[in-house]
Amino acid sequence: MSHLLEVKNLDVKFDTDEGRITAVENISLSVDQGEVLGIVGESGSGKSVTAKSIMKLNPGNTSYNEDAEIILDNENVLQFTSKQDLKKIRGGKVSMIFQEPMASFAPAIKIGAQMVEQLLIHKNINKEEAKSISINMLKRVGIADAEKRFNQYAFELSGGMRQRAMIAMALSTMPKLLLADEPTTALDVTIQAQVINLIKDIIKEYQMGVIFITHDLGVIAQVADHVAVMYLGSVVEKGPVNEILKNPKHPYTKGLLQALPDINNLDAPLSPIPGNIPSPLDRPTGCVFRTRCPHHNPEGKDGKIEMKLIEVEPGHWVDQCGIKCGQNG
Amino acid sequence: MGDNLISVNNVSVNFDYQENFISKKQKIHAVNNINIKIKKGSFFGLVGESGSGKTTLGRAILGANKISSGNVIFHDDERDYDLTDMNKQDLKEYRKKAQLIFQDPYAALSPRMTVRDIIAEPLEVMKITNSRQETDERVRDIASKCRLNIEHLRRFPHAFSGGQRQRISIARALVSNPKFIVADESVAALDVSIQADILNLLKQLQTELNLTYLFISHDLSVVAHVCDVVAVMYLGHIVEMGPSRELFKNPKHSYTKALLSSIPSIDPEKRSEAIELKGEIPSALNPPPGCVFRTRCPNPGVDCKGGEINMGLIEVEPGHWVDQCCAL
Ligand SMILES: Nc1ncnc2c1ncn2[C@@H]1O[C@H](COP(=O)(O)OP(=O)(O)OP(=O)(O)O)[C@@H](O)[C@H]1O
Ligand SMILES: Nc1ncnc2c1ncn2[C@@H]1O[C@H](COP(=O)(O)OP(=O)(O)O)[C@@H](O)[C@H]1O
Ligand code: SF4
Ligand code: SF4
Ligand SMILES: [Mg+2]
Ligand SMILES: [Mg+2]
Repeated sequence: MSHLLEVKNLDVKFDTDEGRITAVENISLSVDQGEVLGIVGESGSGKSVTAKSIMKLNPGNTSYNEDAEIILDNENVLQFTSKQDLKKIRGGKVSMIFQEPMASFAPAIKIGAQMVEQLLIHKNINKEEAKSISINMLKRVGIADAEKRFNQYAFELSGGMRQRAMIAMALSTMPKLLLADEPTTALDVTIQAQVINLIKDIIKEYQMGVIFITHDLGVIAQVADHVAVMYLGSVVEKGPVNEILKNPKHPYTKGLLQALPDINNLDAPLSPIPGNIPSPLDRPTGCVFRTRCPHHNPEGKDGKIEMKLIEVEPGHWVDQCGIKCGQNG
Repeated sequence: MGDNLISVNNVSVNFDYQENFISKKQKIHAVNNINIKIKKGSFFGLVGESGSGKTTLGRAILGANKISSGNVIFHDDERDYDLTDMNKQDLKEYRKKAQLIFQDPYAALSPRMTVRDIIAEPLEVMKITNSRQETDERVRDIASKCRLNIEHLRRFPHAFSGGQRQRISIARALVSNPKFIVADESVAALDVSIQADILNLLKQLQTELNLTYLFISHDLSVVAHVCDVVAVMYLGHIVEMGPSRELFKNPKHSYTKALLSSIPSIDPEKRSEAIELKGEIPSALNPPPGCVFRTRCPNPGVDCKGGEINMGLIEVEPGHWVDQCCAL
């Protein structure tokens, strides 16, 4: 069976005053229907850029490599240029939700009007139908007084409710793929738990594929089926969530886990990953993690080993260097 | 007062609120009748959802917010300072002794000042040093304690990563040689690895410089790791307080339990054990009477549903305090 989404060998570069930045390099990912792919990594690792590529939402200074493919529903999104085609991936087959819900809503337009407008663009229905779909969706995400909220502006809602309204708007067009970029990062844990449960219920109900971006490994453990760990634009490890969190192989994945305060293990020291993330302007050659890696593999350190994922367990892929390093201690 | 550095006695902070000029004046009950004692050398944690009053309480203790009723006493070696009764000279002294580390190192640092000037500013404003040379010495000393390079001092803050900027704001807070530090969400904006680094640094500086912290955070895992005493706030009230390990192992209050269960477990096999709280924290304009948590409490008792039972902490184990309604 073919995947709902397949990203193959994607590079994303930005032209800036300071030079050409490699934000994403040679990444390959796939998402199936009803599946949540978690992408985790520190700030600047390329999570958002990857997600935006799928909707072709990166700005004008972006270039993609010729041989990259983003296959959604058997079509290569990267070839899309016409308005008609782009409409399919922006609010049609793909919807996106963000950390800051105000990014989704125009401040001066009522929530309901925005939902209706979006539905009319993407679905062959009339205004009345669009209104009833919208109100039902607001109810579905747990908004009390949906009829009243329909006629309010986003700023009139509390933080948690705004997050729900954004999810309702993203889902009302019944996308096949939902891109969720840190949707719970700004929320309190109690509201985060509500939103995570809501997203999980909805995925099950509508069988959509989801890319869930977060820097929080706990959230990954709660929502994802598969995980891709990104560092400085590269996927250094990917696989089933249990494998990645319980049997991590790459020194970077291990480093992230050791830095995380775990409430069930209060005696474990918090160990930061040494050093700083290099600027994407001087991205290391070979293994991108070598400037911070605690292991001493001379070839890896010299940047002579090219990055390449190897399957170490069924479905569990790790950068080859990570394996060599791991073995050499 | 022996081993306490700070005593917070029956402190309330209200803000006046008027929706528009014809509507009637109302009161926001941001902090209500709080009693805490912060021991010398303690890493005192304050947790709770946003809007629960953590920042307001922290600012009140620093003398940066007016205190509507009650008082805060700072027990210095030679004398006590009563924050509700300080003259200008006292206030000046107190400012040197109690400092704030900001949440957002980006917003807190002026882009036009060099790192040296940013760290030196409190010394100059408070006229602590007598010569440029002395200022430079203090700046260099604290910068190296905060693991900043001497070369960094000549640069501007935009050239630094989030973790380095946070170290700059820590150095700035510590340069006046304070005894008490309020760290308000100081690691919230940082990646886990940088967060770990900053938390370790705060711990190390605590021993090195004999600091006492009030550490405000909404992240319970972080608080559990670094704090020795923790108070849980909800809608302006402390609902539970105690030694960190005891509180996290043996939470008594329904809110603490729900909060703890909401922390996403790192174990994929432990999914959805969260006690899901319905709705959101009510407005501090109209807090519910009686137990403030009762509108969201998953298992309110018969007595508390009506809101007749007043709030008040009871000591259930030595040093472990819980709001009376739940404890009984
Ligand atoms: N339009 C752009 N022009 C130039 N550089 C960009 C642009 N957009 C992103 N970048 C750079 O690309 C890299 C990846 O950025 P991205 O936003 O994907 O990170 P992220 O993993 O989502 O981080 P965060 O956790 O902070 O959201 C960063 O170095 C960023 O500065
Ligand atoms: N200067 C102010 N004027 C009016 N209301 C305020 C002010 N500062 C805080 N509040 C209110 O007081 C309550 C507690 O806020 P705060 O202390 O910032 O909470 P926390 O830090 O726990 O998120 C909230 O309802 C907030 O809106
Ligand atoms: S051991 Fe070498 S190749 Fe492996 S992660 Fe470390 S630096 Fe990279
Ligand atoms: S007092 Fe009653 S309503 Fe309040 S937390 Fe305890 S059980 Fe719940
Ligand atoms: Mg991002
Ligand atoms: Mg606050």
